[in-house]
Amino acid sequence: MTSGASSWSFGEEDARRIDGILTGFLRESSARTALIVDRTGQLVATAGEPPAFDPTAFASLTAADFSANDQLARMLGEPEFGALFHQGERESMYLADIARRVILVVLFDNRTTLGLVKLRVRATVQDLTKVFTEMFGRTRTDAPRVESGFLGDAEDEIDKLFGA
Amino acid sequence: MSMINYASREINCKLVYYGPGLGGKTTNLEFVYNKVAPGSRGKMISLATETERTLFFDFLPVDLGTIRGFKVKFHLYTVPGQVYYNASRKLILKGVDGVVFVADSQLERMEANIEAMQNLYDNMAQHGYDLTRLPFAIQYNKRDLPNAAPIAELQAALNPGWVVEDPARQRVLADAEHPGEFLVSQQDGQWIERAPYYEAVAVTGEGVFDTLKAISKTVVKTLG
Repeated sequence: MTSGASSWSFGEEDARRIDGILTGFLRESSARTALIVDRTGQLVATAGEPPAFDPTAFASLTAADFSANDQLARMLGEPEFGALFHQGERESMYLADIARRVILVVLFDNRTTLGLVKLRVRATVQDLTKVFTEMFGRTRTDAPRVESGFLGDAEDEIDKLFGA
Repeated sequence: MSMINYASREINCKLVYYGPGLGGKTTNLEFVYNKVAPGSRGKMISLATETERTLFFDFLPVDLGTIRGFKVKFHLYTVPGQVYYNASRKLILKGVDGVVFVADSQLERMEANIEAMQNLYDNMAQHGYDLTRLPFAIQYNKRDLPNAAPIAELQAALNPGWVVEDPARQRVLADAEHPGEFLVSQQDGQWIERAPYYEAVAVTGEGVFDTLKAISKTVVKTLG
């Protein structure tokens, strides 16, 4: 048993690779925006048109949506729903699981079709799965993850923000 | 543990307020929302029923600012208090960095508190997390009510402590908040650790920031 959720970090090289995959996907699918959200509700990456909404709130709701549907799948005897589709009048979203740890969220409008998005998502999921599996598989070092002095400064900020 | 994004230089920490129904979890978040400078917090989201009972969760992101080049954010969540929403309670605990258990001090809510605490341990264990090794604090809320149980009684029922097996941690640790009390102490030859606790009246805000400050500092320490 671990003390908490497994930690992982996300480097610049990872960001570059993921951005490359997402940008390629957007070009081929004519979708507007692609986001990567982790299952705990944190936004990991975005590509394409910057979203007009609050991305933090969006990420937390996306993770909740996906998790709730995961449980529904289990009730039906399915191991999972690998993908979800929400259809709007103008805007729609398509969500797909990546390596059981993160979610690819695609926002698209009538410049493209669900069929094309689904088709292009399939290859993108494979590429992203490779990247994320590699990232999660990296051996963890015990070296501190933040520089010294960080803790003291963070405590000062906490006192300031939440009242000393 | 929290995710560090070295590409966007962001650290996000997830804090979950857990506890029995109508205990004041949402009230804690609402008070924080109303008191923190608008520039330091995001939108508060409540997935609630028509009668304002939390159905799925409440969510409030709070921005600590940039520290040594990293943007640090706390994501505050509450879970639904009612037991029949257990599936959503469990989902919210995924990836948690720190837990605040909001207990209802009223004598007649003792059973509900105990049940919620047991449920918290069970749900954490099902995720593979060990609550005794994670930042964890207890808030005894509604201290202003005439039917509030004495703290000693609440502590005995909800925070009896766990055995400290790690020899490095087997030394007396005073409770800085409560003079004369201990977070780690020896009892009948065994080392026992308790979660820190805070008294609160969430509707007036008393104790709300003390609790949040304590848990966020403990979480930040795990980053080092």
